[in-house]
Amino acid sequence: MFERILRIVVKEFLQLKRDKWARFRLIVPPIVQMLVFGYAATFEVYHVPTVVLDRDHSQESRDLVSRFSFTDRFHIVGIAGSEAEVKHAIDRSDAALAIVIHPGFAALLRSGQSAPLQVILDGTNSNTALISLGYLNVIVARYSKDYAAELVRPGAQNESWQAVQVNLEPRPWYNADLKGRWFFVPGVIGTLTMVVVVSLTASAIVREREAGTLEQIMVTPIRPSEFILGKTLPFFVIGLAEVILVAAFGTLWFQIPFVGNPLVLLLGTSLFLLSTLGLGLLISTLCKTQQQAFASNFFVLNPMFTLSGFSFPIASMPQPLQWLTYLDPLRYYLVVIRATFLKGVGLDALWPQMLGMALLGVGLLSISIARFKKSLD
Amino acid sequence: MRPRRLKAIAVKEMLQIWRDPRSLLIALLMPFMQMILLGYGVSLDVKHLPICVFDREGSQTSLALVKRFQASQYFSIVDSFDNYRDVTRALDRGNCRMAIVIPPDMSERLSDSGSSTVQALVDATDDNTANIAIGYAQAVVAAFSSDLQIQSLGMAGNPPQTAQPVTVESRVWFNEDLESRNFIIPGVVALVMALVGAQLTSLTIAREWERGTMELLVSTPVTPMELMLGKLAPYFAIGLLDAVFCLGFAVFWFQVPFRGTLLTLFFGTSLFLVVVLGIGYLISTMIRSQVGAAQIGLLVTLLPTTLLSGYAFPIDQMPLAVQAVTYLVFARYYVTILKAVFLKGSGILDLWAPSLAMVAYAAIVAFLAARAFRKRLD
Repeated sequence: MFERILRIVVKEFLQLKRDKWARFRLIVPPIVQMLVFGYAATFEVYHVPTVVLDRDHSQESRDLVSRFSFTDRFHIVGIAGSEAEVKHAIDRSDAALAIVIHPGFAALLRSGQSAPLQVILDGTNSNTALISLGYLNVIVARYSKDYAAELVRPGAQNESWQAVQVNLEPRPWYNADLKGRWFFVPGVIGTLTMVVVVSLTASAIVREREAGTLEQIMVTPIRPSEFILGKTLPFFVIGLAEVILVAAFGTLWFQIPFVGNPLVLLLGTSLFLLSTLGLGLLISTLCKTQQQAFASNFFVLNPMFTLSGFSFPIASMPQPLQWLTYLDPLRYYLVVIRATFLKGVGLDALWPQMLGMALLGVGLLSISIARFKKSLD
Repeated sequence: MRPRRLKAIAVKEMLQIWRDPRSLLIALLMPFMQMILLGYGVSLDVKHLPICVFDREGSQTSLALVKRFQASQYFSIVDSFDNYRDVTRALDRGNCRMAIVIPPDMSERLSDSGSSTVQALVDATDDNTANIAIGYAQAVVAAFSSDLQIQSLGMAGNPPQTAQPVTVESRVWFNEDLESRNFIIPGVVALVMALVGAQLTSLTIAREWERGTMELLVSTPVTPMELMLGKLAPYFAIGLLDAVFCLGFAVFWFQVPFRGTLLTLFFGTSLFLVVVLGIGYLISTMIRSQVGAAQIGLLVTLLPTTLLSGYAFPIDQMPLAVQAVTYLVFARYYVTILKAVFLKGSGILDLWAPSLAMVAYAAIVAFLAARAFRKRLD
């Protein structure tokens, strides 16, 4: 039995060795994609194009505006002269945020009253809008605090009175600077691996069928399960090499910390490869031509990627969809890879994910073997 | 180019599609399934984030603060602990994404010095969710704080004095409720159309080879350009049908506000379909001639369409080099058009830049596809 599996393995590697083009597409596109996506995938917000309409022209209003030019979160692209100009700038998407200071702003402040600062946001991208509003609030709160401190000192009539205040001190763990790249680069590693491995294996059996070599293999004494295993092993090795290549490149290039245990990640990766191989082989047994395999890949991989929690939190999805994500191996792997990279937790925390991937992998592989037997008849 | 030959190919293709109801059904059902899955799946809104509480004081004030978090729709308290070890473990395992730690001397400090600090330990692995959650938590605590202030002022009999001299009055345009769905769903339509569209035509040339009818076609006087246009015409109709379906789904099912005109929408969609069907055709001619083209095709279409089209990740936040790459991603233009038409109500004239880009794209793709096919005829 091992002898026969080994033969298939050797055959697959020989095939790969003689195909220069195959080696190229296993190495170059994933690295290029790692680079591009590592830069592209982030929800961080910097340099929000901002337009200012200052109708108060006071020391106070200028002070406040200058605070916005000192942060890299906002970028003042223009000073508007009228409300119409503000509207125009936002309509044309020249600015995503407008700060409007009405006349009498300083007068209200000096009299100890609260002065409104009007902010107009382009909500087209709600996420960017929400986050920039958060940064804006921080800047305004700091200004308020400084202003109040200055106001209280000279007057001194308020000295006996103290504002009762509860503050919140946020302590972000695992990713103290809230860097988007730390979250997304491990995710890109997992996703790229999935796409490469599934597309490789999906055409594995189809190709033999198209080339007519499947019949030749079938007349040999090999059993379907041996054939499938022989096919899977080389792809497993290739997949593992692919993960190591992409992960090493991504982590070093983007300087992502790795605080966990490499062995835990290795175990998780192996189980993930098992389940993606199973999926690819299943597609391969279901399709008659490479063309069909190609089409199926699209329809399977796209939802798997979108619903994996790569960018959209699973907790925000409706419940039935959340159940559906349990069928998605990438869902588990993303938890494992992010947790080993950033949190450094071990098997005691990650065993449910490992179990999920193992069950999926074994299930998918057994279905493929069963399907393959059938398709022979 | 002869209209008669063009029509003959189109009619043949149409009959072929019509007599293969299974493929037709797939072409019409696929977008439906993808719309449901993706439409519900894509949301960046943070709601009912699982949090835990470590109340080290247990006083009336601290309980009142915990109640505030309980009442907020953004958080749901899943656990409360009485030691740091359990808190750490819950965050490590991801059971809760934020832990509110109330100091043992909160009330005491409040009455002594007037201020006290509550800690929020946040699982920041997902920086975006963490960022939004911190914002919401800050709002909850600020509201609690200002209520406490009013209470204490009332008791002391002081005139109300504003502790916050400048207040922010924010107004949101185009997407008033800041629902992430409103901006992502139009993008999802573009995404689904990009993937379905390319698939529609990519099977057409392959089928001719498979069934051995390609030799027949080659022997007719039809030119590559005629063959391509004739083959694409029926798929254009199916594509439009799919688009109507997806767009209708977005408007009527997901209730995304639609502020533009149907004409602009039709114009943009048609342009996009030409590009996307052309690309499918190009892939189709190439897959046959090159081993592994399918794999490359998948790699250069699937992930770039989702990551570089700007449907979720804002393009203007990417480094310039990557922004340059996004101009190659054809879905980018359709995403821009759809978002503008849906949320801003932009007209054709406002959208001249992405429209022009798609025209150029379509021309290049048509040229490449016709050329790639000519080679096959030799």
